[in-house]
Amino acid sequence: MPKLHNHPQLNKNGELQHLLTIEGLPKAIIHHILDTAQSFVGISDREVKKVPLMRGKSVFNLFFENSTRTRTTFEIASKRLSADVINLNIQASSTSKGESLLDTIDNLAAMHADMFVVRHAQSGAPYLIAQHLNRMGQNDIHVVNAGDGRHAHPTQGLLDMYTIRHYKQDFTKLRVAIVGDILHSRVARSDIHALTTLGVPEVRAIGPQTLLPSGLEHMGVRVFNNIEEGLKDVDVIITLRLQNERMSGALLPSAQEYFKSYGLTPERLALAKPDAIVMHPGPMNRGVEIDSAVADGKQAVILPQVTFGIAVRMAVMSILAGGRA
Amino acid sequence: MKLHIQNGRLIDPANGIDQLADLFIADGKVAAVGTAPGGFVADTVIDATGMVVAPGLVDLSARLREPGYEYKATLESEMQAAVQGGVTTLVCPPDTDPVLDEPGLVEMLKHRARNLDLANVHPLGALTMGLKGQALTEMAELTEAGCIGFAQAEVPILDTNVLLRALQYAKTFGYTVWLRPQDAHIGRGGVAHSGPLASRLGLSGVPVMAETIALHTIFELVRSTGARVHLCRISSAAGIELVRAAKAEGLPVTCDVGVHHLHMTDADIGFFDSNARLTPPLRTQRDRDAIRAALVDGTVDAICSDHTPVDDDEKLLPFAEASPGATGLELLLSLTLKWAEELHGSEALLRALAKITSQPARTAGLAAGQLSVGAAADVVVFDPNARWTVDGAALASQGKHTPFLGFEVTGQVRATVVGGRIAYQR
Repeated sequence: MPKLHNHPQLNKNGELQHLLTIEGLPKAIIHHILDTAQSFVGISDREVKKVPLMRGKSVFNLFFENSTRTRTTFEIASKRLSADVINLNIQASSTSKGESLLDTIDNLAAMHADMFVVRHAQSGAPYLIAQHLNRMGQNDIHVVNAGDGRHAHPTQGLLDMYTIRHYKQDFTKLRVAIVGDILHSRVARSDIHALTTLGVPEVRAIGPQTLLPSGLEHMGVRVFNNIEEGLKDVDVIITLRLQNERMSGALLPSAQEYFKSYGLTPERLALAKPDAIVMHPGPMNRGVEIDSAVADGKQAVILPQVTFGIAVRMAVMSILAGGRA
Repeated sequence: MKLHIQNGRLIDPANGIDQLADLFIADGKVAAVGTAPGGFVADTVIDATGMVVAPGLVDLSARLREPGYEYKATLESEMQAAVQGGVTTLVCPPDTDPVLDEPGLVEMLKHRARNLDLANVHPLGALTMGLKGQALTEMAELTEAGCIGFAQAEVPILDTNVLLRALQYAKTFGYTVWLRPQDAHIGRGGVAHSGPLASRLGLSGVPVMAETIALHTIFELVRSTGARVHLCRISSAAGIELVRAAKAEGLPVTCDVGVHHLHMTDADIGFFDSNARLTPPLRTQRDRDAIRAALVDGTVDAICSDHTPVDDDEKLLPFAEASPGATGLELLLSLTLKWAEELHGSEALLRALAKITSQPARTAGLAAGQLSVGAAADVVVFDPNARWTVDGAALASQGKHTPFLGFEVTGQVRATVVGGRIAYQR
């Protein structure tokens, strides 16, 4: 009785229909997105920061969970592609009284949306939307996952890969460490899938046991509880944001103790390779997961990440809208 | 009415019978097996050539959603689903709205079920008022009203002292307490087996220790009180091992598993398929294999459908927000037969049917699940070779969601007889 699970983000021809996760995404598609992004990086430096690739297309930013930063980057990316952007902040959970998630989608589809950029607090919510659109035969509507629960944040993962490629070129010679709250991090999951797909020989996850999900090593990472050991000789450090609500309670005693045990300080950074780069998906908690001296230091590439993020999101959207990947 | 079921392969696990034999039914009871009693003239004859004739199935957990959740399912729809699935006796948990903690509610449910005249319904009463884990229910009154045991359904008791008292009280009167071993804190809010898949999908997990910690507690309380406990829906290899040891020790415990856990693992969640959102969660292949082995060696007494109708509005949601549960009454037989295919030996079918007839009946203290002369004539006639595809729209149950949607399964009910009356025929 085997049941086939066709990946809902690829169409019958194996092309990208939606971007839901980096897991299972062919290496060639990832590189194509990064190459396309590279061609967009220069646009932002021009006087007229626009290309007409999505002129006349409607992009709906559906944010079921609050996020100013990610929504803004998608909005800028859409506008630079000449698309019309509609922002919808739907804070209420889909199970609360009122319209269900799929009713909302049906209504927006009836308004001839071309793309949904979805942020949702529940893992898998963009899958539900994409599978629903696939089932309804709405093949010209594309879904971009802008972060779902703890599951995935593929455009962040891709912009992280863009950043690493920009500074380090060859993925196959790197040691990459991801530090912090992996348990709750969709960024960490997307980064891990991207790094392993792109052939990074050693991906490390560093954190206290309370912030590491069970079976993490099955995702192809080496797990370290000790940050000093974990950072030794790495080329790239990805520091994760520690959410305020995790800073005290049963997972961690205090932000201070977290900084003491896992904060990225200049001393700890010195354990990595001398040319190691420091990344952070933002927004940063200075003095919690990262020391200001590191955040503002010359090894930090946190602001370039933001710049590249626009180009990567433009690449993803234009590829989806163009129907080719 | 006199009923003659002829030319079938009669399988009666309670009596160890598996042979071609006719079945004669009179006055709602089994009148004879093999040769007709003197002067028997049938009003109705069912030709069961090529069919299996077995005791009607006994399902230790089927939610009928009445009272309170009629939008999910009604007694009519679910009782119809039962007989279409060959289930003639079912036990329903007390997590209705209001919960079954008052004799009046139990009497009303029994009365409504009797009027429908389909399957026999045996409610479990709530162990504590409102399932709140604080005050004991009137167990004697509830028993008089028709409850066959007491349960907390999916609500673990926070206060272990209350559980101790409940077991002492139940033991005093000889009642069985039905518990699904689940720690009140560990795994709370979890929606999938805690492991690589849940970690990958970013779903919060229910670790195996949520089950084993609860089992340790329950066994210690059973040791102290001597109360009889039926353990519901064991889901893990480690849990099975503890039950095996408890039985070897001689503790008065029995246990069942949900039929989904016989076949599926957490990998079947695939890309967030909310139809595979079950309680307890689907676990790993190792756990599934342990459950199968435990059915063979007798550690697990029964397979139940764990029938839980959920409507579209509560399933078409992000995985963690979707209501847990699957429709199961109409799949119990086929999914048990599917397991039987993988058993070896000539008695495979008889041994498999025992897990959904005689053994659950014995576990629940019911006289059902057998074709002994004089027993109530609850019978299922099924075609063991008919193949069909699971299609939500074709199910009688109002619950259309199951992780088996689209699967081809074997074994189809042709007739269901309850108390000598044909309740369903196709």
